[in-house]
Amino acid sequence: MNSIAPGRSGPQPFEILRREDYSDVTYMLEVHHPMMARAAKPGQFVIVMSHANGERIPLTIADFNREKGTITLVIQAVGKSTMEMQQTLTAGSMLHGLAGPMGIPTHLSDARKVICVGGGLGVAPVYPQARAMKQKGAYVIGVLGFRNKDLVFWEDKFRAICDELLICTDDGSAGIKGMVTDGIKQAIEKHKDIEEVIAIGPPVMMKASANATRVAKIKTMVSLNPIMVDGTGMCGGCRVKVGEKVKFACVDGPDFDGHEVDFDDLMVRLRRYKEEERVATERWSETCRMSEPGLGELSKINEMAFPNRN
Amino acid sequence: MKKRTVRTIPQTRTPVQELDPTIRARNFEEVNCGYSESEALRESERCLFCPDPKCIEGCPVSINIPQFIQKIGEKNFRGAYDTITATNLLPAVCGRVCPQENQCEGVCTVGENLEPVAIGRLERFVGDLAIKNHWVNKPYIHPSLFKIGIIGSGPSGMACAADMAKAGCDVTVFEAFHQPGGVLRYGIPDFRLPNTVVDAEVEKLKDLGVKFECNTLAGRLFTIEQMIEELGFHAVFIGTGAGYPSMLNIPGDSLNGVLSANELLTRCNLMKAREFPKVDTPLPLGRHVVVVGAGNTAMDALRVSKRLGAETVTCVYRRSKTECPARAEEVHHAEQEGIEFHWLTNPIEVLDDGNGNVRAIRCIRMDLGEPDDSGRRRPVPIQGSEFELETDEVVYAIGTNANPIIGQTSKLTLNKRGYIETDSNLMTSIAGVFAGGDIVTGAATVIEAMGAGRKAARGMKAYLGIRDIGPIPTDGSLFGIALSEHNFTRVRIAE
Ligand SMILES: Cc1cc2nc3c(=O)[nH]c(=O)nc-3n(C[C@H](O)[C@H](O)[C@H](O)COP(=O)(O)OP(=O)(O)OC[C@H]3O[C@@H](n4cnc5c(N)ncnc54)[C@H](O)[C@@H]3O)c2cc1C
Ligand SMILES: Cc1cc2nc3c(=O)[nH]c(=O)nc-3n(C[C@H](O)[C@H](O)[C@H](O)COP(=O)(O)OP(=O)(O)OC[C@H]3O[C@@H](n4cnc5c(N)ncnc54)[C@H](O)[C@@H]3O)c2cc1C
Ligand code: SF4
Ligand code: FES
Repeated sequence: MNSIAPGRSGPQPFEILRREDYSDVTYMLEVHHPMMARAAKPGQFVIVMSHANGERIPLTIADFNREKGTITLVIQAVGKSTMEMQQTLTAGSMLHGLAGPMGIPTHLSDARKVICVGGGLGVAPVYPQARAMKQKGAYVIGVLGFRNKDLVFWEDKFRAICDELLICTDDGSAGIKGMVTDGIKQAIEKHKDIEEVIAIGPPVMMKASANATRVAKIKTMVSLNPIMVDGTGMCGGCRVKVGEKVKFACVDGPDFDGHEVDFDDLMVRLRRYKEEERVATERWSETCRMSEPGLGELSKINEMAFPNRN
Repeated sequence: MKKRTVRTIPQTRTPVQELDPTIRARNFEEVNCGYSESEALRESERCLFCPDPKCIEGCPVSINIPQFIQKIGEKNFRGAYDTITATNLLPAVCGRVCPQENQCEGVCTVGENLEPVAIGRLERFVGDLAIKNHWVNKPYIHPSLFKIGIIGSGPSGMACAADMAKAGCDVTVFEAFHQPGGVLRYGIPDFRLPNTVVDAEVEKLKDLGVKFECNTLAGRLFTIEQMIEELGFHAVFIGTGAGYPSMLNIPGDSLNGVLSANELLTRCNLMKAREFPKVDTPLPLGRHVVVVGAGNTAMDALRVSKRLGAETVTCVYRRSKTECPARAEEVHHAEQEGIEFHWLTNPIEVLDDGNGNVRAIRCIRMDLGEPDDSGRRRPVPIQGSEFELETDEVVYAIGTNANPIIGQTSKLTLNKRGYIETDSNLMTSIAGVFAGGDIVTGAATVIEAMGAGRKAARGMKAYLGIRDIGPIPTDGSLFGIALSEHNFTRVRIAE
């Protein structure tokens, strides 16, 4: 067990080896954790604490490199924690905590033709699943949604593994003009033999995607993102309604059958801490404004972060 | 020493200083201030040193109670500490959180006529003194070549780790959270068990050479099988606790404002949400909080809510006060702090305010019927007695189920309810892998978890062929025969 350094105890720092910014709100961190890189499977996530007083926030393992011993996180700055991380975490800095891989790995089906849909914060998480399906020999159609051309990232990464790739932007500045559901419809019309859809993104987007495939009865898997605390099944904060049953997304999921999920329930529950999130973000950007002007434009940032949210 | 009798000893229990209920209900200071030396000495005079001490039988780990009390009386506090730690690793913790009234104090001879000896408070006195004076019983540890992995840093994991470290093994404790301690850290609040006490116990283990690896989700980061086959562990102990909170499964369960006691307590204790927005984890406060259930977890949730500033805090429990499973002291403290109790009341629906938030909870009054399987009288609803309690936060503290992670990721045999199956030495279906605490028994107590950790350590040593050279554990038996079955009378030699 070489990766766990002997004698290291208490909170362990996890070093960020590389950082890349994809847009004003999206950034990528490559974190050193050889054991995690070895254990990670598509569909799993980690819980990150950026500092001792930080929140435990769940982030999907967007990629992993077993040779380099790293995992990749792609993060959208949407609130206090993720905006603060955007500002403070650079190559060479350490995370305060990093636990995982959590959740049941995606069950890779034997589908021969799949659509992998990613919207907003779901673009990166759908990547490892798309890649795994490709490696299994499936015909992979990628459908990615962004607000506009400037926010597009990982296009080349997806091109390399997708047989077809559709980019959708709200304003039509790249790819087709419209939402990911338009892309899904196009793909379904063109290919009558699609066996599965994997959709990851904001709840409204996953809900719309599940609705778009309901009539055609195409199996649609979604990856739910309720608010979490521990990520180990201990608190029940992440509970979701799936086919009238209560499930804990962190240990029973996060992947579920999209046609069974109660998305309205999920969306209501995601609003639980709205007021506190607002207070935390405003308080934080206030302190930032004093040192660095320009970061206070919250509404704009939020709008960019949730392209498909109304 | 002159023989004491019930007549000659101080007739009343030495009271312990407590913070004033009105003040403490608004802060997180420890409620029970603990005995001073003179108070402890006075209370020690109340022990009769029974020839056949019932208290030892009542203690899940058979602490030699009269012996340690006698040493307190002799002001040999260090000796008292050594007596306790011969079987109990965590006196400062157990003195605070054990349900003594159902254990040692419940069967104490003095209790037949007067209030029983305050064994828990005396134990805590000794434990605190040990922390203050940095006493460690650091035995000479002859290194063996065995490498032991412990999963979970709750009381069961800590106890197993300590015993294996004392047996010379190279012990690593893996904990999923970013801080060790298990329920002692994330569940039991500071006003009952300060974090400094948990820190001190963890430090003691580190002094024994135990390594702690936090942020490590065993099962997923590596499997149990990999620990044995690839990572070079000779034996593994699983003490992952029960976790997975139950929901009531009534309409309105998923409304915002309904949460498990575990979530409330974790946010408050581990994540320090009570300092929000100084820390990042939020914990929005209800003004009128209702807690369902009446165990220790419920009491903690009630009293935490009060301290966080809720105007009214109400406990709803379907049985009566007599059946309530919490420690008597906690119920008493909760009542003092102004918490309302609705005994014999069962919730049937959580009501919506129209925006997905809690507005009220509908309950029905209950009556006690015939005894059920647990021997307690079964509560039956009284027709037509439904009523609404206005509330904006409902906390469920109605028990937990087995955490599924280890089961999902290994081939270990589980029982029907998902808990890990073991043999009488606490070895699981995989050779060299032991388990104990809540993940085997279901939610229980700190002392039972600790006892299980030590029992597993004994099994582990036997499995590895390590000879137990420590003091023979006074586990209530001599040569494998229970004390009660010895057909000779033990004599005490006068000093
Ligand atoms: C399994 C899982 C995987 C995730 N993977 C990623 C990922 O790869 N990349 C990424 O950028 N984000 C991901 N998220 C979402 C991420 O955890 C949240 O964006 C983050 O916790 C927000 O914290 P904050 O303090 O910055 O924002 P806050 O101020 O706390 O919240 C701002 C906004 O984010 C929403 N929000 C809060 N918590 C969550 C949450 N847990 N999930 C979704 N929305 C939330 C709120 O509704 C609010 O509108 C994932 C969430 C889950 C549960
Ligand atoms: C709020 C509350 C109050 C209580 N009050 C009392 C009381 O007053 N008196 C009393 O005697 N008992 C009390 N109890 C019960 C008592 O705390 C438990 O019975 C006891 O802590 C069980 O110990 P354990 O070692 O089995 O597990 P836990 O203390 O539950 O510890 C398990 C640890 O394992 C970790 N873990 C879980 N899965 C993994 C994994 N896969 N990898 C790594 N780590 C993992 C968890 O994060 C946790 O830290 C209370 C319980 C609660 C919840
Ligand atoms: S039963 Fe009570 S009086 Fe007897 S030895 Fe134990 S503590 Fe002392
Ligand atoms: S995050 Fe706590 S149970 Fe899932």
